[in-house]
Amino acid sequence: MAEERRQKLCSVILPTESMKAMAESVGVGSLQEDSCLALSEEVSYRIKEIAQDALKFMHHGKRRKLTTGDIDHALKLKNVEPLYGFQSQEFIPFRFASGGGRELHFYEEKEVDLSDIINTPLPRVPLDVSLKAHWLSIDGVQPAIPENPPPVPKEQQKTDSTEPLKAVKPGQEEEGSIQTKGQGASSAEVKGKEKMRMKPRSTHELSVEQQLYYKEITEACVGSCEAKRAVCVCNKCYLFLFQVRVNVVQNNLALLIYLMRMVKALMDNPTLYLEKYLHELIPAVVTCIVSKQLCLRPDVDNHWALRDFAARLMAQSCKTFSTTTNNIQSRITKTFTKALLDDKTQWTTRYGCIAGLAELGHDVIKTLIIPRLSVEGARIKAVMDGPVVSNIDKIGADHVQSLLLKHCASVVAKTRPLPDMVDQYKVDYGYLGTMLCSHVVKARAQAAFQAQTVNRTTLTITQPRPTLSVSQSGLSTSSGSRAPSIIKVPSSLTLMSTRPGTPTQPSPPATKYIVMATSAGAASTQQVITLSSSQSGSPVTSTVPSTPTSLQPLVKLESGNTGAVSGSRPLQKYIVVSLPSSSSSLENKSSSVLPSSTSPISMESAVKLERSESPAANTQSH
Amino acid sequence: MAAVQDGQMELDAEKETKPEILSDGTSNLSGNTASGTLSSSPLTAAPAGGAPKMEDQQTLIAVLQFLKRNKLTDSVEILRREAGLGEDQEDSQATDGSGGGKGDVDGGDANSLLSRVSITSAAAPQSMCDSPLMFMLSAAGADDQPDVSVVLSAYSQQGDPSLYQVYYSGLKNFIESVLDCHRAELSQLFYPLFVHMYLELVYNNHENEAKAFFEKFSGDQECYYQDDLRVLCGLTKKEHLKGNEVLLDFRTSRFVLRISRDSYQLLKRHLQERHNNQIWNIIQEHLYIDIFDGMPRSKSQIDSMSGSLAGEGKREVNKAKVFHGLLKEPEIEVPLDDEDDEAENEEGKPKKKKTKKDSLGSKSKKQDPNAPQQNRIPLPELKDSDKLDKIMYMKESTKRIRLGPENLPSICFYTFLNAYQGLTAVDFTDDSSLLAGGFADSTVRVWSVTPKKLRKVKSAADLNMIDKESDDVLERIMDEKTASESKILYGHSGPVYGVSFSPDRNYLLSSSEDGTVRLWSLLTFTCLVGYKGHNYPVWDTQFSPFGYYFVSGGHDRVARLWATDHYQPLRIFAGHLADVTCTRFHPNSNYVATGSTDRTIRLWDVLNGNCVRIFTGHKGPIHSLAFSPNGKFLASGSTDGRVLLWDIGHGLMIGELKGHTDTIYSLKFSRDGEILASGSMDNTVRLWNSMKAFDEVETDDFTATTGHIHLPDNSQELLLGTYHSKSTPVTHLHFTRRNLLLAAGAYNSQ
Repeated sequence: MAEERRQKLCSVILPTESMKAMAESVGVGSLQEDSCLALSEEVSYRIKEIAQDALKFMHHGKRRKLTTGDIDHALKLKNVEPLYGFQSQEFIPFRFASGGGRELHFYEEKEVDLSDIINTPLPRVPLDVSLKAHWLSIDGVQPAIPENPPPVPKEQQKTDSTEPLKAVKPGQEEEGSIQTKGQGASSAEVKGKEKMRMKPRSTHELSVEQQLYYKEITEACVGSCEAKRAVCVCNKCYLFLFQVRVNVVQNNLALLIYLMRMVKALMDNPTLYLEKYLHELIPAVVTCIVSKQLCLRPDVDNHWALRDFAARLMAQSCKTFSTTTNNIQSRITKTFTKALLDDKTQWTTRYGCIAGLAELGHDVIKTLIIPRLSVEGARIKAVMDGPVVSNIDKIGADHVQSLLLKHCASVVAKTRPLPDMVDQYKVDYGYLGTMLCSHVVKARAQAAFQAQTVNRTTLTITQPRPTLSVSQSGLSTSSGSRAPSIIKVPSSLTLMSTRPGTPTQPSPPATKYIVMATSAGAASTQQVITLSSSQSGSPVTSTVPSTPTSLQPLVKLESGNTGAVSGSRPLQKYIVVSLPSSSSSLENKSSSVLPSSTSPISMESAVKLERSESPAANTQSH
Repeated sequence: MAAVQDGQMELDAEKETKPEILSDGTSNLSGNTASGTLSSSPLTAAPAGGAPKMEDQQTLIAVLQFLKRNKLTDSVEILRREAGLGEDQEDSQATDGSGGGKGDVDGGDANSLLSRVSITSAAAPQSMCDSPLMFMLSAAGADDQPDVSVVLSAYSQQGDPSLYQVYYSGLKNFIESVLDCHRAELSQLFYPLFVHMYLELVYNNHENEAKAFFEKFSGDQECYYQDDLRVLCGLTKKEHLKGNEVLLDFRTSRFVLRISRDSYQLLKRHLQERHNNQIWNIIQEHLYIDIFDGMPRSKSQIDSMSGSLAGEGKREVNKAKVFHGLLKEPEIEVPLDDEDDEAENEEGKPKKKKTKKDSLGSKSKKQDPNAPQQNRIPLPELKDSDKLDKIMYMKESTKRIRLGPENLPSICFYTFLNAYQGLTAVDFTDDSSLLAGGFADSTVRVWSVTPKKLRKVKSAADLNMIDKESDDVLERIMDEKTASESKILYGHSGPVYGVSFSPDRNYLLSSSEDGTVRLWSLLTFTCLVGYKGHNYPVWDTQFSPFGYYFVSGGHDRVARLWATDHYQPLRIFAGHLADVTCTRFHPNSNYVATGSTDRTIRLWDVLNGNCVRIFTGHKGPIHSLAFSPNGKFLASGSTDGRVLLWDIGHGLMIGELKGHTDTIYSLKFSRDGEILASGSMDNTVRLWNSMKAFDEVETDDFTATTGHIHLPDNSQELLLGTYHSKSTPVTHLHFTRRNLLLAAGAYNSQ
């Protein structure tokens, strides 16, 4: 420590070469070494003096950055004429030019052609100073509005939840953690020293509509007793579980998809400390992966996509939240494997298990799935070749087969040495051997083609995103082939990598995505209104015919009302989702129509909005 | 006539040179009353009570010498006669630089003399009630540019330069070997000794030895002296010493140490045994050791008080009586109409109804024993509009929310967007209707934060047309065409570092880098006066709570008290060793607090210009000050991110609030003093439980007499809330009359 300090305080002196260079620049040719030295010492001292004075101006200017203006003012203090022409708001890069064996610093000044300046159109006039007021705190609680920073830094939430005994700072407290705090309070009271503040729950964080909406949801889902829980954002997690349960029972595929997307949105939200709610979230997600039945017509509806998506979510949460203490990954893996090993498992569940395992990574596939390939192959064969049991089984087997092939092929391609002999594959993997072999060959070819940039090969890659909504509106006939599901739409799962350089790929849709998000983001609130009115009796959805054109009116409706509720309360948007749960008769329509392009994006946009820094100020200043 | 000349001379001299300040108490030149509306002006009763006479005498001698040198023989004669000073005495004093005269000069005489100077120079037939408040010239002798060579000559006696390291390390070894209880106290010696020895080496051209000495021992110094060390390390040549303020400060002000008698004896014995004359000389000449009887202080006690440029304040300094009570509120009949209830209903939200007692009841209470006399300093009379405002204030205060740990204030944040120019200062009017911002581009902007727009008064020609008898004449004089939400005031030629509204909302003050303080009219939105005098950047200015007076402080290391109708300052508060960064009026307007880059806070008596309190303990320049509404306490914030709380009556530090991570630019107590809000460069507003902080102070007799404090480390308990803004440093805080907290700052896009 002392060492460092001394280092810092060591007096630095300009090199004598600089003196020489400067002398030359004013026409003094030969300067004695001694005078150079004396000069440099003097100059260094004066420069330091000026820098110290300049610092004062910086402090009083209430800035953290020293500007050239500060130095000018400091020079003025010393009765020295300030330097002209060095005005710069920004940082001045220190550049070197070497020439003649010496390195020199120079200030880059490009020659400017006057006619250029005259001919260029005038820049926009900068905006004038303006004043904007917002609530930094209301009765001691910081409201969650865009002007304020995201409520609590994640680390703070973590310490709050892991060390509830540590004095909780008021103003940062969150209603969601009140339960843990309650415990903390009781033990603190025992100590008799720390006084915990249990503020009466203030409700201004949620708007009136939001509260209404929550009430509706909770009543629809779990009854009025749970309504109280809906105070906080994080309490949504509780809702999830209930909703998932309810919807699984009701086999409402569309809603489940929404819910999963909500989970994803929550996970992608960097400001939430989700660890506290994992025990609520994970069962819900797992249910969506392995449930026997997720929709009313399993032969037609594309519940497979939901399982895929949920599996991916699961993998993501394993990746982000798994620690040595909670062991999520191993526990999940165990659950899946157990179900997989069970002979009586249904095809749907089996599919889910495999999907869930496969998403966990190559190692898991290698150790858990590939050894099972022959067994599964035999089972699939039994269904395929055997007597016609039911259409459902057949579809299930078909899906399991393609899933296995998809995931295993890439792994096998990596692990298995060349050449790919069909016979050998048959010996090793049984019934699936033949197809696997061809897939592996394909995978190898593709890998070579993509110039080893692919981290994770998905065979559905080539689906361009913009077509999704169209294919979706083309009704449920596509469910037979594993169509690109709705769920693929927000394809920003962390596992996906943008693959550069593949011509068949659609260009990374980042820009389009944002555009859509903004339009739909504002619209989502509109949906709230329409839907809640549908609750009251006149179902909007019934007026919408389930034809391909059905998308139009919805979109129009939304865009017309963008100004109704400004995006100040992004949290609302989660809520949109679970509404139609009351009307289960409509779910065919809603599954095909509603979820297509609007809602997933609105969810995303909600998250985006939350994350975006300083919306108001930014728009003002640009 | 001569006297007039003298006055001017001195002023000029003082203007041209940055006053070099020698002593704190300095000469107190008080005036006598002139004819004024307040005939019982107490100014006559202001003898330089606290200041020792000897100092007066020295000052006089210094003045005499100055006059002599400038061939003003007449004045010399007069002054000598008035002061009753013998010529021989003067001479003997003059030759003996360090003084120590008999002290038979009548301070009162001297005062009356110099007050005459001020009378003539001020030459002011004031309409206001004040007596000619006199110039309090900083130790006049010092004004005569102290010859650096003279100042430094003390360093000329030299020992063997190579032995300095030996001396220092010898002392270091000794201090490290003494008992623990003494070690902390004696360790205080390290820093001043180090600096003086280093300077001595530099002065005597032992550059290499000096560098080696610095290298070897600079790491041992306390980390809060970093900034000073950085300045020092640049000093390697005798020539550099010239004109270096830090050096002059070190020489001119003796570094004050508080050491217990036991520790001091120990040190003395050691030095005598070793015949360590070099160090002993330095201690004798450059240090002031304040010896007290009793237990040596602990390391933490010392650390909490040290850090200032010139050591701790002497104990005697903080002994003077300070009238920190509030003035009695003038009796105003409040028309108790039912308007109140209507307003209550309009509000809609059921607010806690206040009990009647704290609104009007307190006003009729007996006067606080600590309060100064009502007319201790002349205050402007209340105008009708002021009375109306007072009534408004009382009405509002009945609706005030009682704050507390359970009931935190709401905070409304005013963000300045697009302030590329750099927002440097903000102020709100007391009734929170106007907001002023000072900018780095030299402009001052005024906003109305209520729906009421800002309007100018009509031009003179138009004003002539107005029916002056009509009831709404005040409304008629306003020009509707000029109504706008904000107005820009142009006039300064440098960044505006301080703005302050007058209590009656008719005027605005701004202080700037260009060395002036400007007074603006908020009726015409034009500049009325430019107060020149600082000549260097003026860092802060503030109106007195009663208007009329204002104070400013700047880079020239003095704070000045002005009256709006005088173009010259009424008082110059000199004593700080570095820039005066912030200035605040006590709520009773009798005192002014100043914070400085020398890391001390001083409290000055407006009446006689005395420094009545010196608070040390901050480890960085002080950038914000706030008096508690009852006038008993002072809060200060500095670049080190700490808020310190001071008891003015006892002159003690009573609390330390840690939590901020950057400079604290704004501090404010709630209207009832229950909550202290602090705003900082770290983009946060923090609320502290000030009631608790003040309640927990135990001021036993021992503490009161020795000034030893033991601070509980309870910042976390006192912190009531932290509110982050996105990227907006908090420049200003203000509690409305109903205890809503307003904050202001400029959005910082990086």
